[in-house]
Amino acid sequence: MSTQDRPLSPHLQVYRWQWTMAYSILHRATGVGLAVGTLYLAWWLLALAGGAESFATVSEFSGGIIGRLLLFGWTWALFYHLGNGIRHLFWDAGKGFELDTAAMSGHINVAFSVVATLALWAIAYAAA
Amino acid sequence: MSLETRLARVRGLGSAKDGTHHWWAQRLTAVALVPLTIWFAVSVAGMTGGNYAEAVAWVGSPINTVLLLLLIAATFHHVQLGIQVVLEDYVHGEGAKIAALMFVKFACAILAVASGYAVLRVAFVGG
Repeated sequence: MSTQDRPLSPHLQVYRWQWTMAYSILHRATGVGLAVGTLYLAWWLLALAGGAESFATVSEFSGGIIGRLLLFGWTWALFYHLGNGIRHLFWDAGKGFELDTAAMSGHINVAFSVVATLALWAIAYAAA
Repeated sequence: MSLETRLARVRGLGSAKDGTHHWWAQRLTAVALVPLTIWFAVSVAGMTGGNYAEAVAWVGSPINTVLLLLLIAATFHHVQLGIQVVLEDYVHGEGAKIAALMFVKFACAILAVASGYAVLRVAFVGG
């Protein structure tokens, strides 16, 4: 096989779908989503430094339906990516590679991400 | 048989000719971001509905200023490392890949410095 023809990762279409694969793809997807979310973080901080008027613009956007949907999505993406990142750290240490364990830790992470997201929004709505 | 040590052999290798540096930096920032992002998310959620003066006071308090600067540094370092891998996987043209990598690295540097400046301005100048 010449260098040109070597398969490059990741070739999604040739594999049978399984949980660990879906969780891995979600890790990357949430990572990219969170990278976009850093634009909002920078906007929020710069608006705060810009004064009451610019901060009011961000607050208005954040409280609107689009703002809330985005923030809710970023909250879930953050907890999913954080929890899945911890799975990666365990794999780095050589632990948790057994198929059952790898799938189960993924299921647990999904449950964690949902519970943590709802808990954080409960805090937010209680404060508002 | 090579007399090189295993460590010497792996240094500077890999598809990016970068050895383990990228991997290590990604893990280091990941570990830092676990407590930092949880602290930030919980703090900001608790400030929901707060006014401008409260947000300025929160960012300007010394501990929060320092933690925010650490969060910004770790976040944008981690983002550019992560997006780099995605681009290396999917952008195959050499020129396009270099252009995309440059764009992401410059964007992360600009956003990190701008965010850090905003935090310092709020801390030292106020709202």
